[in-house]
Amino acid sequence: MSTTRDPHDTISRRSFLKLAGLGSLAIPAGSADASIWEAFFRKSFREMNRDEVGAMLERLERRYAEEHGYQLAVKVTGPLPGVKYGYGLDLSRCVGCRRCVYGCVQENNQSRDPQLHWITVLRFAKGEKWVNDLERADAYYHAEAVPEDGYFYMPVQCQHCEDSPCEKACPTKATWREPDGIVVIDYDWCIGCRFCMAACPYGARRFNWGEPGLPAAELNPDTHYLGNRPRPKGVVEKCSFCIQRVRENPGRYPACVEICPVGARKFGNLLDPASEIRYCIDNKRVFRLKEDLNTNPKFFYFFAT
Amino acid sequence: MKTARAVAIPLLLQLALGGAARVTLPVAQAEEYPVPPPPLSDGIFPCSDCHADLEPDPTPRVLGMHEEIVERFHHAEAQRWCLDCHNPSDRDKLRLANGELIDFGESYKLCGQCHGTNFRDWRAGVHGKRTGMWNGRKEYRLCVHCHDPHRPRFAPIAPEPEPRRPWAIDTASEGEPSAPPPAHGQHGSE
Repeated sequence: MSTTRDPHDTISRRSFLKLAGLGSLAIPAGSADASIWEAFFRKSFREMNRDEVGAMLERLERRYAEEHGYQLAVKVTGPLPGVKYGYGLDLSRCVGCRRCVYGCVQENNQSRDPQLHWITVLRFAKGEKWVNDLERADAYYHAEAVPEDGYFYMPVQCQHCEDSPCEKACPTKATWREPDGIVVIDYDWCIGCRFCMAACPYGARRFNWGEPGLPAAELNPDTHYLGNRPRPKGVVEKCSFCIQRVRENPGRYPACVEICPVGARKFGNLLDPASEIRYCIDNKRVFRLKEDLNTNPKFFYFFAT
Repeated sequence: MKTARAVAIPLLLQLALGGAARVTLPVAQAEEYPVPPPPLSDGIFPCSDCHADLEPDPTPRVLGMHEEIVERFHHAEAQRWCLDCHNPSDRDKLRLANGELIDFGESYKLCGQCHGTNFRDWRAGVHGKRTGMWNGRKEYRLCVHCHDPHRPRFAPIAPEPEPRRPWAIDTASEGEPSAPPPAHGQHGSE
């Protein structure tokens, strides 16, 4: 019965690949189209060798320059040996001023319009049940001056879980945990299904519903492939502990640590007993958000007083 | 026996040297906590410019001078006044409770006399803001860079604008926001 059909209707897989191969040959090497093919048939980031990564970065930087006018360098700095990053946030000091939110936007090239933030500062009324009831918090508080009487503030961002639900939910393995504990996203591997957002108990992941608006003049050109490089529409993004800063040796503190006017934010190596974060864990009353879920976050809230 | 002595002599030497090091501890500490110069008000330092010719009056009283400090002074003021921290004879120094004179650039020692737990946290890099490198050179700040020594409690500050509510985020490149604003409206920067 197949003989009754026009043979041109059915294209076998073999002939399709042949055609595709011919097609790719027909595209002049070095043109934008060729780079689209290369990008489409690339391997997963973790399977690439050095040359393939180099070619990919070159392609990326060229595309950023052509499409957006961004002049930037994309790094792929690997994890430092013997390092597991940990973060501390002193709830007794935070005044809810949101300097961290906008410091992060600037450092990590978030879209300005449509607005996208990696950090949410939650406001709670003092004395209310709160720790596992984030829905009752107000992220949109408006105040002439902070801190306000009767309230306290808790910034929430990616908790970099040791046992991260987002990683398990991702169908394409576009998000994973690096050896230094940073949960990263390969934006080019992300298909935008948002399963990770549904899986994250902390609401830390953000989706680019629209084409990110980032003026070239406001770009931070020091970028990391798995961190703050400009993102396309339709991918998920989140806090990366400022991977482009902290993986240098010596590495700078994350931008939110540096901008906090009250010094509520602490950062360091969990494996180094002399680090600030270890001092907090050893000497302060620390807790982690939604500990009962066994996600084992590396983000510690504490009370220094 | 011989080996015991061989161990004991360097040990004693070390103890002696350790003792010597303890005497010079203030210098070592100053290097350990690199701090920027203290934020002194313009034209007020050196204090000796005016005070060199004045006879120190140790009686606690309301000063006729330094009105801007007298007005805002709120630091256990019932128990404290100027000469508890400022040295009466050489005005360009601060004085610890034990009589030791220190520079304004080492004022954390003065604050640490009462605020011991905060001082301990500060030395560990946990109290107060820290910048620089997480695994390298850190930049410390003096207590007085953040706290006014005469009124240490932080004054409230204006927060950055609240995030836009999801309905107000325009994901299309042009056109109106996808839903009308609720009745109570959105505050701030629209």
